Amino acid sequence: MTAKTIFEKIWEAHVLKEREDGSALLYIDRHLTHEVTSPVAFETLRMTGRRVRRPELTFAFMDHNVPTGDRLQPIKDRLSAEQIKTLMRNAREFGITVFDLLSPFQGIVHVAGPELGLTLPGITLVCGDSHTSTHGALGALAFGIGTSEVAHVFATQTLWMKKPRSMEARMEGELPYGATAKDAILWMIRRIGVGGAIGHVVEYRGSAVEAMSVEERMTLCNMAIEAGARSAIVSPDEKVYDYIKDTPYAPKGEEWEEALQSWRKLPTDPGARYDKSVSFDLSRLEPQVTWGTNPGMTVSVTEEVPDPRDFDDPSERAMAERALRYMGLEPGTPITKIKVDVVFIGSCTNARLSDLIQAAKIVYGRRVAPGVRALVVPGSQLVKRKAERLGLHRIFMDAGFEWRNSGCSMCIAMNEDRLEPGQRCASTSNRNFENRQGVGGRTHLVSPIMAAAAALEGRFVDVREYELDREIPLEWEAA
Amino acid sequence: MVEPIRVMEGKAAPLKVNDVDTDQIIPAQFLKLLSRKGLGKYAFYRWRYNEDGTPKPGFILDDPRFKDAEILIAGKNFGIGSSRENAVWALLDLGIRCVIAPSFGDIFYNNAAKNGLLCIRLPEDLVERLQDRAMEGDLILRIDLEKQEISGKDIEAIRFDIEPHVKERLLKGLDDITMALLYEEEIKRYEERMPSYIIPKPSRFLHE
Repeated sequence: MTAKTIFEKIWEAHVLKEREDGSALLYIDRHLTHEVTSPVAFETLRMTGRRVRRPELTFAFMDHNVPTGDRLQPIKDRLSAEQIKTLMRNAREFGITVFDLLSPFQGIVHVAGPELGLTLPGITLVCGDSHTSTHGALGALAFGIGTSEVAHVFATQTLWMKKPRSMEARMEGELPYGATAKDAILWMIRRIGVGGAIGHVVEYRGSAVEAMSVEERMTLCNMAIEAGARSAIVSPDEKVYDYIKDTPYAPKGEEWEEALQSWRKLPTDPGARYDKSVSFDLSRLEPQVTWGTNPGMTVSVTEEVPDPRDFDDPSERAMAERALRYMGLEPGTPITKIKVDVVFIGSCTNARLSDLIQAAKIVYGRRVAPGVRALVVPGSQLVKRKAERLGLHRIFMDAGFEWRNSGCSMCIAMNEDRLEPGQRCASTSNRNFENRQGVGGRTHLVSPIMAAAAALEGRFVDVREYELDREIPLEWEAA
Repeated sequence: MVEPIRVMEGKAAPLKVNDVDTDQIIPAQFLKLLSRKGLGKYAFYRWRYNEDGTPKPGFILDDPRFKDAEILIAGKNFGIGSSRENAVWALLDLGIRCVIAPSFGDIFYNNAAKNGLLCIRLPEDLVERLQDRAMEGDLILRIDLEKQEISGKDIEAIRFDIEPHVKERLLKGLDDITMALLYEEEIKRYEERMPSYIIPKPSRFLHE
């Protein structure tokens, strides 16, 4: 028997038909959808008189443009309100479960899907959102798709696709003090570039990945798209099964046992081959900070803003000059001399419970620097409630952070959470593109602990100066 | 639904920027519009307009020489980032029917194929040469998809590669959904043997 990667195993189990032209028809086991990329797809169904083929495999979330303030107030933005109402109407018409604004399980689709047990190892999963690769952390083969493809999956529960190539991203070594999964993925993108994984399904493996929690692996998989990857995946292990067990939609009883048996056959076989391999030694990784306008423009916190003149390639030099102009940065400035106006802890990259706990350990008993606006936007309402049970909301609010309801928020700035022109933000999100967090806003991507420390000091600091694993009281009684 | 493409001829405009993400092609605020029509005026919005809506000079497609361009010659990694198909709709609405670049974001590339926007990958040095030539403002390219060939005045014919399934789709303007439903039997067979644990069954109470 030939040795296979997990990607090949899942791919082969789901291919219904291969055509001579190289495209394959793939069955899709799970379809997650949201208010922004679905309306035109539903309209396509309506226009062609089609139905959603398997509504029980399809789940709708509201996340991209939802307000993160008081949910009982009317939505001020007319167009956002319209999109939200449209999704409600479409979900009802087509018989799809929707986690609406008032649902206790509302949240960012890539946080809520896994925590609800909708994401399972070995399934194919799609969503009309590029960060769908996140779900690969649980051993699912997950693709971000466009709106035409959303309509296609609604109507047929399948997708036409050319088989992507496979890429092994081996991460070895123990993550040193202060370095997180976020730093590991920023480091990888810095090394291979924003187009380095185009056309590939990245499989993360190696001792560093094995040692990571499922939530850390989600951070890794989430940002594979920022290296251009078609998707990302990690072979599942006991940590994954524990993560899923007893979640609301997890298989139960005999089905759980059956599922486990089949999941244990998924991990990549020894000796399996990849089309491409890269490997990284993470044992000396430092906290990373982006300085430019794409996630590959990254340096370590101990470094300085690079000088475009040091780039040999003329087009890269031009890109660096443009980025520095946009970011309002001078070459040679030490990263720790850069001041921040806003700190955003949120997004499908880094707003899960473990992210919030780590940030709270930095924040506990301290104050946000004067003049800095700092906000925590939990990845889902479930994360929010779990955090509140630990008293994290008190820790953040006592320090001067805003404690919000869940949504994509300032990662994409489609709701009212956005930067003012010229404002500089330490953000735990995934994209530092021009104007991403608000027109003229300047984004620096960092880990949650780096963001927390930046909030306290009003500038970037080397988070290793802090005691990261200090004991803080993690319980709160609502009495 | 999608117009078939066999041969197209049009003015080429150079966009000498690498890593143009879909946030640049169409900013998120315009994703709230519930239609795929009329997005051209928002294409590259932040590059073309100030925050108060006044035009920003200097964007190549606003240059009178390139206003009627139908072919965009872009830098590498064009269309990376967000999956928003609105990026493709905006380009089409702007009159762009073909993008030539050294490489494309995967999701953008798929979205383009589904909407009849032809994306052609060429080696970087060749793209740069075409960009320089297009900068003169009078480069008309003829693209023959059937023959996979680009030609133009003073330009030696350029062969390009394209995945057969993308080519066929573009040539015939095929409707994917209809094509997939030809395989109804295969779909049903999979669904019959699909393990039941894959079908979500919520707990009686969604507890935490």
